[in-house]
Amino acid sequence: MVTHRDDLASKTGMWLFLFTELLLFGGLFIVYSVYRYRNPIAFHQAAHELSVVIGTANTIILLISSTTIAMSITALQTKNKKLCLLLMGVTILLGLAFLVNKYFEWGAHFREHIYPGSSVLALRGHGDVLFYGLYFFMTGLHALHIIVGLVFILVIAVSIFKDRINSENYVLLENSGLYWHLVDLIWIFLFPLFYLIT
Amino acid sequence: MKTDENEKHHIIPYRTFLYVLAILILLTLTSVTLTQISLGAFTVAAALIIAGIKSTFVLAIFMHLKFENKMFSRAVCGVILLLAAVITITLLDYLNR
Repeated sequence: MVTHRDDLASKTGMWLFLFTELLLFGGLFIVYSVYRYRNPIAFHQAAHELSVVIGTANTIILLISSTTIAMSITALQTKNKKLCLLLMGVTILLGLAFLVNKYFEWGAHFREHIYPGSSVLALRGHGDVLFYGLYFFMTGLHALHIIVGLVFILVIAVSIFKDRINSENYVLLENSGLYWHLVDLIWIFLFPLFYLIT
Repeated sequence: MKTDENEKHHIIPYRTFLYVLAILILLTLTSVTLTQISLGAFTVAAALIIAGIKSTFVLAIFMHLKFENKMFSRAVCGVILLLAAVITITLLDYLNR
């Protein structure tokens, strides 16, 4: 059976989608900059309450997971299916580890009654409400992207296992990798903006 | 029939990715250290410049832009310029009110 295939078009479509994602988060970064400019003291103090240790750990976890998914493409290109699936599995585990850290991080905030709409947070003033509103929305939207990325990678891994995706036809693996790297890319900016710049 | 476009692919060796990972982790730790010691107004600039360098590595190597059709890198540059323009114009507005 002759099936038509156009890898370049497939990848172009993926990149165009990634651009819309960049603009989505870009818009949020603008909101963050303006609110930070208008509430410098509240943002400064609120940022001090985030754990730099957990943030750094999560950054390194995501960087390693990006490396493993990138390496899985090399593995499939060189017809090493087993290593490819292993690397994809490691990527998924690291993504889950990121989410577990996030769960504990958010859990700690919730115990201190810091969450959007909390009356305790409202008492702390307008700047804190804005900071934590943006913090929960942006890291939450990012975490949602992590979940989507994990499902995407899992679906591709199943296809590779069943040989529907192989060393001759792996543009979908590349596209899932691109999505995962985008998630990493966004975190590269979220991390300093929320955790480091105080 | 084989299409040449679909066959042409660059294989990046594993060690390249590991080198890039080492650089990225090093840059992350540098960024954390730099922002812990207070550099005043320079802190924000330093953190963002380091994030920019990290993104360049991710885009060029992990996302294969260095080895792909030049169209992709040009389009990415275009989107980054667009974002930069929107951010600059918005901030100019707020800084001068």
